Amino acid sequence: MSDSKRTSPAPHVVEEIDRNLRKAFGQLAEEPLPDRFTDLLAQLRAVDSKKEGDVNDR
Amino acid sequence: MTADPRDEMIEHLGALRAFAMSLTRNAATADDLVQDTLIKAWTNIDSFQRGSNMRAWLFTILRNTFYSLRRKRQREVEDVDGSLSLALASKPDHDGRLNLRDFIHVFEKLPDTQREALVLVGVEGFSYEEAAETCAVAVGTIKSRVGRARATLAELLHLDEDEALELTDSVTAGIVGRQPAA
Repeated sequence: MSDSKRTSPAPHVVEEIDRNLRKAFGQLAEEPLPDRFTDLLAQLRAVDSKKEGDVNDR
Repeated sequence: MTADPRDEMIEHLGALRAFAMSLTRNAATADDLVQDTLIKAWTNIDSFQRGSNMRAWLFTILRNTFYSLRRKRQREVEDVDGSLSLALASKPDHDGRLNLRDFIHVFEKLPDTQREALVLVGVEGFSYEEAAETCAVAVGTIKSRVGRARATLAELLHLDEDEALELTDSVTAGIVGRQPAA
């Protein structure tokens, strides 16, 4: 095994590695989101609109 | 009325969770990390430059949060539960030689710095420059981390041998369709 091979795999190997990574992370990213995150965003938004409402009322 | 850039956050949640999993390798810790990131991003939206890359901005916040938590918990035992590989669907991988779980199992063993560099460049398609900015290191450092991560995976998965030439059609197509730059 040459040094260059060790520091940077052949292009087809790089391609295979990245393809598998994208597939794995693509699966993870497509999982349904837990409610806690949509709930959290809704809460943050509610807090903000309440603040804005207070300012506008003055 | 201009659109609130925060409306865009939800589109990046899936990718954020995946990135958090790649850093923490633990599902519960990953989701806590995403929650902290969302709160920080929401409350600091003024520091987001409109029109710039929201995903890169969120990833930077998540990454910084991860390492500051890591520093605080330095004495605690790392609670890696291999969630990353467990989370993958167990259906057989028909179109590739590799079992995806085996692949991720090896990926999880890479050092933190190499995993994040490879995910940013290899999965998220960040340029080396963007990844360097996200990780606050030199471009050469990112290149070297990505190279070492790929080399380790290739070696541990025996990809860099003659048998790797038995390519699947999709991989072959990818290579044939891509001419080397030099």
